[in-house]
Amino acid sequence: MEKTELNEQTSSENSSVQQKQNEENLAREQQPFRTRPKMSTSPLHGLWALTNRDLRKWYTNPIQLFVSLIQPIVWLGLFGKALNFGTFIAGSGASQAQQDLILKNFFGTTSYFSFLACGMLAFIVLFTSAFSGMSVVFDRRFGFLNKALSTPVARGSIVMGKILQSVVRSLVQSAIVLVIAVVLGMDTTHFTPLGIAGTFLIIFLMGTGLSALFTMLALRSGDWQTQMAIINLLNMPLLFASNALFPAKIMPTWLQDVVKLNPVSYAIDAARQLLIGATGMTSLLVDFSVMMGFAIILSAIGIVLSWRLLSK
Amino acid sequence: MRKYLYRLEFVVLKRESDIDMSATQIETQTSPTIVKVENLSKVFGELKAVDNVSFEIKEGEIFGFLGPNGAGKTTTINILTTLLKPSSGKAEVCGYDIFKKANEVRRNVGVVPQEYTADEDMTGINNILLCSDLYGIPRSDAKRHAEELLKLVELQDAAKRKVSTYSGGMRRRLELACGLINYPKLLFLDEPTLGLDVQTRTAVWKYIKTLKEEYHMTLFMTTHYLEEADHLCDRIAIIDHGHIIKVGSPEELKESIGGDVIVVNVEELEPDISPDIAKIKLVKDVKKNAEIYRIKVELGEEASPQIMDLIRSKGLHVTKISLTKPTLDEVYLELTGRTLREEEVDKLQAFRQRATIRRARS
Repeated sequence: MEKTELNEQTSSENSSVQQKQNEENLAREQQPFRTRPKMSTSPLHGLWALTNRDLRKWYTNPIQLFVSLIQPIVWLGLFGKALNFGTFIAGSGASQAQQDLILKNFFGTTSYFSFLACGMLAFIVLFTSAFSGMSVVFDRRFGFLNKALSTPVARGSIVMGKILQSVVRSLVQSAIVLVIAVVLGMDTTHFTPLGIAGTFLIIFLMGTGLSALFTMLALRSGDWQTQMAIINLLNMPLLFASNALFPAKIMPTWLQDVVKLNPVSYAIDAARQLLIGATGMTSLLVDFSVMMGFAIILSAIGIVLSWRLLSK
Repeated sequence: MRKYLYRLEFVVLKRESDIDMSATQIETQTSPTIVKVENLSKVFGELKAVDNVSFEIKEGEIFGFLGPNGAGKTTTINILTTLLKPSSGKAEVCGYDIFKKANEVRRNVGVVPQEYTADEDMTGINNILLCSDLYGIPRSDAKRHAEELLKLVELQDAAKRKVSTYSGGMRRRLELACGLINYPKLLFLDEPTLGLDVQTRTAVWKYIKTLKEEYHMTLFMTTHYLEEADHLCDRIAIIDHGHIIKVGSPEELKESIGGDVIVVNVEELEPDISPDIAKIKLVKDVKKNAEIYRIKVELGEEASPQIMDLIRSKGLHVTKISLTKPTLDEVYLELTGRTLREEEVDKLQAFRQRATIRRARS
């Protein structure tokens, strides 16, 4: 008896609650713009929106994509084909086996073009990442950064958005460079699905670390000329003081030490081992550990700096 | 001419305001405080951009910062919207400390910055949706909301066009819509009509009034247009070199440097009826120069018929009468020692800067 009463009570309560809710919904529809929208308190909200905003500029503008691919292709053509070390050694009168041995000793593979193609993958990642800071500068200059900072979006998301968009671009562009390299005659005999996946993982790590580096250098700057100078200052040493174009072995000892300090070298080393089966500078485990550390540490520094530096 | 006459008067007649409080002030005094700023300072190197500023904003009012470029208006807004950290002092916005509860402040306020911050490569509606993503508003709500806002600022027809095709006025309206996406309790407007043509300016004024009157929003705006402050603001703080010089309603500010001036020409040189005119309750001062009476009054509209009646009752004939109301121009001149003309240069510079930015972006 009591129980049914209780049930009745709750059901009538339920219906009154529902009615109230219906009324509220109706009021909301009749009075647009008067109810405050719900807002997510997740620290990651807005991250994809910020990433996609930058990516959109790139994928809706095919010219930009095309132009950014020209340089590594020209390098592939000029260095990879013109500097044909194979023919260089062929004139020495050594037997084919000896020639292969010499090449293998130097480059870890008999095809310099394939050796260079792996370097070019890193090249496109390096140059794409370098410009990730540039969009921070422009966002600051045109006020978008202030706009974003006045919203509850996490400061770290603003930086992570820049890093992510750059990484996505790096992955897509390096995939295109790899396809073009194969078309131009890269050695594919050592390609395995796992190897290719590993290569893109190392590209992901390298892109994350490098774009975090360039983004944090731009956090305080509203001046694109300075940013350009920084890009030029860092890009060339990072490229040339690595094993991208030539193996570290043939370099003077002091430069070899620099190459070993350059994270770009480890990414290229891993890509060469995974794609063309070249004997490397160090083990894959070391390569991945170094790049993992590089990506995590620099992203973490980037996020911490974003808390301090984005707002003055 | 009228202005000239007034100028003469206002130098002579300066006194403290003892006028009744205006309606708006009575209304806002009973409202709760939404912004409370205490001894706020911001120092950039040697420059004190904001120097020991204290003020309060009541819920539901339009509060204006009036001052020349570089007076510290934008810096104050940037501090209150958590973009800048103050060097000293404290502030509460919507009941939250700007320092300790920055994210709560951000959720509760909207900002329409001075610059055009919308992404040129995106459509109007996508810009609004981007803003709503930054606030973490779910997509279903955001879409409905975006459409309401586009309707409010009359951009529905241009919603699917890229912002790069928008005119300056449309961009300004889009900025306004973006600033409203979280339906803020308090909206910051930094120079909302800078560089706009008269027509668009009037439209923006209309939206601002709508927000206050229909949506009961509190607005904090900065401007260096006097007529804008006069037209829109319930209370104005005149700020210069980082200091607040004076706070009050436009009427109070005008009253503070003197009331209305009535100039009456009569046909007859004699007799001098100045003492009789001075006896009228609203009259504060009378000066006679030949057949011209220069009368300083409160509430000119009410005083002038009384004066007319008096003159007629004395058998004199009025040939000419004029009533001059004080403008904020004089207040501004008086308090900052500068006229608006001096600001024109900066306005032009600001415009040029914007033109350069637009060119750089296209």
